[in-house]
Amino acid sequence: MVTTLLQWTFDALLGLVLLWLAWRSLASTDLFKSIVLFIAFGLLMALAWARLDAPDIAIAEAAIGAGLTGALLLGALARLRAVVNEEGVTPQQQPLLRRFPVWLPAILLLWVAAGLAYVVAALPPYAVGLSAQVAANLDASGVSNPVTAVLLNFRAYDTLLEMVVLLLALLAVWSLDIPLAGVAAAPGLILDTLSRQLVPILILVAAYLLWVGAHAPGGAFQAGSVLGAAGVLLLLTGWRLPPRLEGLPLRMILVAGPGVFVAIAVLTTLTSGQLLQYPPVQAGLLIVILETVATVSIGVTLAALFFGSPPRGKQHQ
Amino acid sequence: MNTVMNTVMNAASLYGLVGAGLFCLGLYALIVHAHLLRKILAINVMGSGVFLVLVALAKRIGGGAPDPVPHAMVITGIVVAVSATALALTLMLKVATATGRAELPDDEGSE
Repeated sequence: MVTTLLQWTFDALLGLVLLWLAWRSLASTDLFKSIVLFIAFGLLMALAWARLDAPDIAIAEAAIGAGLTGALLLGALARLRAVVNEEGVTPQQQPLLRRFPVWLPAILLLWVAAGLAYVVAALPPYAVGLSAQVAANLDASGVSNPVTAVLLNFRAYDTLLEMVVLLLALLAVWSLDIPLAGVAAAPGLILDTLSRQLVPILILVAAYLLWVGAHAPGGAFQAGSVLGAAGVLLLLTGWRLPPRLEGLPLRMILVAGPGVFVAIAVLTTLTSGQLLQYPPVQAGLLIVILETVATVSIGVTLAALFFGSPPRGKQHQ
Repeated sequence: MNTVMNTVMNAASLYGLVGAGLFCLGLYALIVHAHLLRKILAINVMGSGVFLVLVALAKRIGGGAPDPVPHAMVITGIVVAVSATALALTLMLKVATATGRAELPDDEGSE
């Protein structure tokens, strides 16, 4: 791989800044600062993905790694401050480690680091991996973006399981049922106006990412996470789901993603004998259907994960 | 020495080394800190390190478009990581509500 000195300098600087941000984030004595540094770390990770020719991951990281995870962490910190005293928020060492010298885990970890660095360096510098197989079968996949082809066709089974993981995480969060610590105060004029302008744009961006994912970087996960971000923004400005949508409609949307996936899996198993083996002619259409439903499901699930407790309008009536 | 230079000069293995470094930083913080929110941050940094190694390895193709299979795996991984983080944060809040501390109780001395 030919790398010019300028590019190499940029890569090396980016790598060092990533390591430094991660270290400062994990070592900072102030949890709020830790989280803000972690969000900055996520944004720079998106830059690293772009440098590694992985624009699909860069979009996902910018929306999820930097955006949604940061919102989740800040929300959790605010709720944590409401239930524990300030002493419980300051960093403490692992009790077991108090009997050992502080440098002992560092020495052990240096060995792990040396081993990992050796393994990474010892790998052959060139490897084709599975890209040849993907390129050979791309025409039959129904889309022309190889990453979408892998996610929604060649390895659709992984994506099916992932939809189930998302749903499972939400069910676990709902069953733990942590109440929101103090509903946010009424949004100010700026936040209110801004969110009214931003949410339609975010929905439009999500639709664009969903559609463009067939032949360019984008797809259901990126679109779903942008939609989730729109949901988080709405929730932060005090918007709540209308009571008539809180019960069955919400749950239908949440299970629609895995549900449609399972339905298509059953259908393809019956027609072609193979799980999620789409007929090449209908592959493009099936992928668009799957991605559209998955996008809405992912977006609503992520926003619901941020909200935490299940909406309970129905139970109080 | 020559091979060391080659490894560092190569963009793919450079990011691979950064990924390994992030993993170790995260693992160290996970072991050392008792606070659960710090442990959750540490696990996320470890995950980012693993993703970086995977995508760096996908770029070892010399010129052409990188291997899309690890890319798809990492996108899946990012979404799983955010849902696991949400669950972990909720569990942390449950522990904090029950014990008044955002740490796991010390096993020794409790019985």
